[in-house]
Amino acid sequence: MSSVHVSTTINGDPVEFACPADESLLDSLRDRVGLTGSKEGCGTGDCGACSITLNGRLVCSCLVLGAEANGQEIGTVEGLHANGELHPLQQQFINNAALQCGICTPGFLVAAKALLDRNPDPDEEEIRYALAGNLCRCTGYDKIVRAVQAAAKQMRK
Amino acid sequence: MDHDTSFTNQTFKTVGTRVNRPDGVDKVTGRARYGADATAPGQLVGLFLRSPHAHAKITKLDVSKAEKIKGVKAVITSADLPDRFGGKGGQYDTLVNCMARDRVLYDGHAVAAVAAIDHATARKALKAIKVSYEVLPHVTDVDEAMAPGAPVVNENVFTSGMDPRPTKPSNVSRISTFGHGDVDVGFAEADVIIEKSFKTEQTHQGYIEPHACLASVGPDGSADLWVTTQGHFTFRTMCSALLGMDMAKLKVTSSEIGGGFGGKTHVWVEPIALALSRKANRPVKVVMTRDEVFRATGPTCSTSMDIKIGAKRDGTITAAQSILRYQNGAFPATWAMMGAMTSFACYDLKNCKSVGYDVLCNRPKVAAYRAPSAPMAAFGVESVVDMVAAEIGMDPVEFRIKNAAKEGTRASYGPTYGPIGIGPTLEAVKNHPHMKAPLGPNQGRGMACGFWFNFGGQTCVDINIGTDGTINLTLGTVDVGGARASMSLICAEELGIPYEQVKANVADTSTLGHNDTTEGSRGTFSSGMATIFAAREAITELKSRAAKMWGIPVEAVEWSEGSATAVGDEHSNLADLSLAEIAAASPGTGGPIAGHNEVVADGAGVSFASHICDVEVDPETGGTKVLRYTVVQDAGKAIHPDYVEGQFQGGAAQGIGWALNEEYIYGDDGRLQNAGFLDYRIPVCSDLPFIDTEILEIPNPNHPYGIRGVGETSIVPPLAAIGNAVSNAAGVRMDHVPMSPPRILKALDDAGQ
Repeated sequence: MSSVHVSTTINGDPVEFACPADESLLDSLRDRVGLTGSKEGCGTGDCGACSITLNGRLVCSCLVLGAEANGQEIGTVEGLHANGELHPLQQQFINNAALQCGICTPGFLVAAKALLDRNPDPDEEEIRYALAGNLCRCTGYDKIVRAVQAAAKQMRK
Repeated sequence: MDHDTSFTNQTFKTVGTRVNRPDGVDKVTGRARYGADATAPGQLVGLFLRSPHAHAKITKLDVSKAEKIKGVKAVITSADLPDRFGGKGGQYDTLVNCMARDRVLYDGHAVAAVAAIDHATARKALKAIKVSYEVLPHVTDVDEAMAPGAPVVNENVFTSGMDPRPTKPSNVSRISTFGHGDVDVGFAEADVIIEKSFKTEQTHQGYIEPHACLASVGPDGSADLWVTTQGHFTFRTMCSALLGMDMAKLKVTSSEIGGGFGGKTHVWVEPIALALSRKANRPVKVVMTRDEVFRATGPTCSTSMDIKIGAKRDGTITAAQSILRYQNGAFPATWAMMGAMTSFACYDLKNCKSVGYDVLCNRPKVAAYRAPSAPMAAFGVESVVDMVAAEIGMDPVEFRIKNAAKEGTRASYGPTYGPIGIGPTLEAVKNHPHMKAPLGPNQGRGMACGFWFNFGGQTCVDINIGTDGTINLTLGTVDVGGARASMSLICAEELGIPYEQVKANVADTSTLGHNDTTEGSRGTFSSGMATIFAAREAITELKSRAAKMWGIPVEAVEWSEGSATAVGDEHSNLADLSLAEIAAASPGTGGPIAGHNEVVADGAGVSFASHICDVEVDPETGGTKVLRYTVVQDAGKAIHPDYVEGQFQGGAAQGIGWALNEEYIYGDDGRLQNAGFLDYRIPVCSDLPFIDTEILEIPNPNHPYGIRGVGETSIVPPLAAIGNAVSNAAGVRMDHVPMSPPRILKALDDAGQ
């Protein structure tokens, strides 16, 4: 299968890569661009560990083709912190012990940011439903919800 | 043990604080490297061909066409994996499980593996492999596997624990019996006897990170294995034995691990990745798909059991009996034995008997899953405990308190307990506001107890002090849930320095002595113990160096608050020397300063928990919503309370999923029908409430800080606590886990409601 040439923007930077036409964007990000922060937990869009934003919209990168990224804007976990400072969500996940093994954490952070970008003051139920596409097997979600609440409060100040 | 076990009135400065974990930044920025995140120059893609049949004879296996495909660098079958074990024993079973030899024993059993330059080529090679099967009768249900005339899963297995040894092979690989007293006498004394049968379905640990590794074997036989594992030393032992490699020439590095819960205590694809690399002379990366994880790693047992408990009207249990049948997958193991050991461990019983039947089926080899075997037995036992309490008209918490084990109780599995936490957790439950909160229509409350042994095992720790006074703490137990933070706290506590001065790392197998797998809730208990002793050794050396710097006898030097102090009036002019000052001078006082400890950490204190759960059952749909959940557990000493709470909450959440929804569903063809997270649905954020926790600290006298393992016990009570809550809400006794909507509707229907 011949490769497809892709010109895209990832975390604000111009990026070019070539990938097979049937390769997922997740594989392109991890294997071609070297951004391994997005994780594959299932490859079928069920676990959310590969969550990224595509033109600001939250998607599972395992369900998008690498070729589809051409001309689009992609946001990954690696773009969350800027100028050496952690995003409030990142800091609050650490402060609230919202991660144990950490494999789901990048996906949760990207999904939580997508929530707070459109709703800066979500209630508990809104947080729980907004994060229902992300599986965590370690925490029981308790400290994750609390971390998102703390980050939302911090960001509203 | 000759360790310092004085913990009375022990106060801590650093231990017990809620510091930020040292690996936190890496894990929130995407920098942390997990099993699938490593690459090597020239690496190949490794893929597996797996059996579509539950049980079949391989009549033909031809890989010649696959080998000729351009870009295919190696193809492996069992012919490439010589039997070094004489065709029997645990290691032989592991070899057969990693790659089928003459027969496939379950849907998903590996038949061949390929290494190729990319995914597309590897997939093409798998398609070019020709396999012919002669399909054999199969069995996937534990009761059917024990029935006369059932297909024999493994003709080399004869029931052990029977005298005389049977002459015919059997699916029952082992019968184990525990208990004391005479249950017949005890049941004769009872005013009330309840006997009931229960079933639980097979579940998977469901770690989000699939198994992954990068294997690289050089032409000289030296090898590297980067792998997500709970025990890289154990993986080294297993892989080197299976492949005939020198242990010292195989360096195994544990990546960050994306969840294990027992499922990453065992090798599955890793020996084959090494074999592919050895044959191809190139690094080979293997990453399992989720489908493969479900079909071909090690879920926990499905079970069937009969529980019988008798009691007097005053609430005294006179006899208790459990007959447990545990499905182990296609290879013999001892999971029913462990279930039998745990089933009555919460109680002080005069007469008890537990019999475990370990049973083979055409399902994947069962592995540990968090307090393996205990949750199922607890489901049956704690359900019947509730039923007996109801029958004699006693509050279920009071009934449990009356019969709870205590210090000096002879445990149902043999030993006599030291100080234990079952009574205190029950008292805490009794007094918890949760127990007094009102309930609405269709709502019910349940509670249940759980026990886990905990484990210690072989452990090895290094402490190296830099000349700037910062500490490298080198651990060999894998950090599955915050261990580097906990060990750093312990190291800082012992040395008397700030937490931030310690940097903990998990060493590879060539850097540190053997450490047993991180299992049995042993990480904090055993590495904590070794860290304390290593730090004490370092302090001995620090004091000796201070004495040298001062020119006084070492006996006149004491260590406190991170500094050496010269004691005695004659030394009152000597200012304290800090750890950093002593470290800075070390090049001239004898070289690097280190502390080391290797230990078999004995005396892991047993662990108990009691859980409370409120549910609402929808009588129209059979759906159950968990409204409120409280975990009370004894931690011995909570080193990092955040991560102790996290273990309590995580275990409860896994138990909730198991109780209400998760199950392996096999078709009549013996194939797994729901090998994905869409159809095997684990709890999501919107399914759960906040999970309240209460940490009790009843110190373990066998550990210098009083630590007990905390990781596993939290999954033991939920099946029963939810079972009791659902039964109370629905008004019918639930006896089959998961209590999915169809099962609840059927139970309501059968009861005529």
